[in-house]
Amino acid sequence: MKVAFVGATRGMGRALARRLAERGDAIFLLGRDADEMQLSARDLEARGAPVPVGQASLDLSRPDGFGEALDAADRALSRIDALVVTGGLFAGQDELAADLARLGALLHANFTGTVLLCQQAADRLAARGGGLICAFSSVAGDRARRSNYLYGASKAGLSVFLDGLDLAYRDRGVRVLCVKPGFVKTAMTAGLPVPPFAGEPDAVARDVVAAMDAGRHVVYAPPVWRWIMLVIRALPRVVMRRVRF
Amino acid sequence: MARLIPAASAALEPVAGWGRHPIVPGRVERPEHLALRAGVEPLVPRGLGRAYGDAAVPAAPGGHVLETTRADRIRDFDPVTGRLRCEAGLSLAEILRVFVPRGWFPPVTPGTKFVTVGACVACDVHGKNHHRDGSFGSFVDRIVLLTADGRLVECGPDRERELFLATVGGMGLTGLIVEVTLRLRRVETPWIVLETQGMGSLESMLEGLRLSAAHWPYTVGWIDCLAQGRDVGRGILMRGRHATQVEAGTRRVRRAPRLRVPFDAPEWLLNPLFMRWFNRLYAWSHGRTLRRRIVSYDAFFYPLDAVSQWNRLYGRRGFLQYQCVVPHAAGPAPVTALLERLAAAGAASFLAVIKDCGPASDAYLSFPLEGITLALDLPYRGAVTEALLHDMNAIVIDHGGRVYLAKDAVTRAGDFARMMPRLPEWRAVRDRWDPGRRFRSALSVRLFGDPV
Repeated sequence: MKVAFVGATRGMGRALARRLAERGDAIFLLGRDADEMQLSARDLEARGAPVPVGQASLDLSRPDGFGEALDAADRALSRIDALVVTGGLFAGQDELAADLARLGALLHANFTGTVLLCQQAADRLAARGGGLICAFSSVAGDRARRSNYLYGASKAGLSVFLDGLDLAYRDRGVRVLCVKPGFVKTAMTAGLPVPPFAGEPDAVARDVVAAMDAGRHVVYAPPVWRWIMLVIRALPRVVMRRVRF
Repeated sequence: MARLIPAASAALEPVAGWGRHPIVPGRVERPEHLALRAGVEPLVPRGLGRAYGDAAVPAAPGGHVLETTRADRIRDFDPVTGRLRCEAGLSLAEILRVFVPRGWFPPVTPGTKFVTVGACVACDVHGKNHHRDGSFGSFVDRIVLLTADGRLVECGPDRERELFLATVGGMGLTGLIVEVTLRLRRVETPWIVLETQGMGSLESMLEGLRLSAAHWPYTVGWIDCLAQGRDVGRGILMRGRHATQVEAGTRRVRRAPRLRVPFDAPEWLLNPLFMRWFNRLYAWSHGRTLRRRIVSYDAFFYPLDAVSQWNRLYGRRGFLQYQCVVPHAAGPAPVTALLERLAAAGAASFLAVIKDCGPASDAYLSFPLEGITLALDLPYRGAVTEALLHDMNAIVIDHGGRVYLAKDAVTRAGDFARMMPRLPEWRAVRDRWDPGRRFRSALSVRLFGDPV
């Protein structure tokens, strides 16, 4: 694969980019922090990604730069055939509820930005015969909970978009994979209480690569979260009103 | 995914070494970028928590712990020379996973691969090849250290040499190790040619180690430390080397399933009778014959890594590991004395490992010296166990030996000073680079008189 990757410098994105590098996929990094991307590029090269791993600036909150960023990736890899987006913003429910500016920024990056980027990339890939779009949503988008529905809303919207994108573009050769991580131990979730069934980034990366290869349109990681969410989605409303999580 | 708002100060969590004694509540941070922040002190750097005792445990309840495992990027690798520059949190497990398929191996490895490169430097770890290759520090060309004054300082054998010699084996107390450059070793295959032989006595074991040392890069002995009388030192000698492609043939590496100890074992499980029979059975099952076979590097170097959280087998009170080294000059007498003291206490150990070490390194607090090293596990049973270890320390000091800080949890400051002739030099360097003791651990309070 020839992958344009948003978010490869940290957490699950770092682990996933490494898995792809180790099997020899070509990678082009997109993101906000040039120094961090520089460090990750060297790491991925040492792990087997074709040299050089290039980079260009992309900010999910600034959609007007997306075209240029995808152009840069296309030039460097002589036309990408995959886009992976693990980047996004995260904050706790209370922090978001107390600060509408921050809430706006989060919704804009996680939903609007990610949608505009994937939609654009899907058209590019379809025009050249197909490819893969993989974006990280969250189990938080599967059902609202009082403790994180603001972040969850950004991900619920994204999940619906990715689901539809797959329906609309699959017969044009574009596969879309929506990744729904459960609680994963990364710097993003540091400080939050760790629930049962918490996952490790590297295990998530392994599951995601397997799902990419199998052509799935959605994958829960760790896989047990698929069943956990099945139960949570089935909980009657009166129960959801009572529980505090 | 990035946090819009930095996480608040970490909550308290129990922090302990692999032996699970002592346990001190600390504030653990696991950042992807290693940095020192104002107010976050005193600080103890920590890797994967495989040091047995109090080396990576906060100096006092509520102390700060900086876990480096998420700072794990490779900065550069030269496929011609095998030089690897990486962030300090990269683990040997990851180095093995990435580089063994390409024909490279860590130059020195301890008995677990779940250890960070930074910790390998800070403990100056040694392995089954010490008699030939020395300890980890001998393969380190450069260390980048974040010192107490917030500066990034490069040190190595040829630059800031004193800081380098104090940092290798310095237990993370000279500064935060953020980057390490080391030389990997070329190997043809992931396989190890292993020979094992039953040994009837301590003398024959030591002789076997000595004879094997000339031709084998890796040697170690397992001994039944509950055997008494003329059987003292009875055990199994193991020696290995990396297999060639011809020897390995078409073997395929299979990922072994990882077992897990799901809960703390009850304390009665590891009773002396059970241990005695476990040890005897293990010795008998081998016999005296010489066996030769080809095994995976995992089976040879990391048998215990196959069982995650095996430390829980020792129950809730945890255990101590004791490892000492005594110079060859004293002959086998001190080892016999230690084993006899152990047997007299009725203290049972699952596993006792014996090995001959090569020449000591120049690093001030590096553990190995030319002599015999002995390592064993002891369930922690309070003052009785501590008294036993102090007695054993007395024997070690009498013969010019020392203990290994990566294992230690109980040695007294005075005893440690008697073991380490170069301690004053190390102190002087530490005074220069961290006069305010920004880097502090339970170990440094216990051994170096740091304030709590």
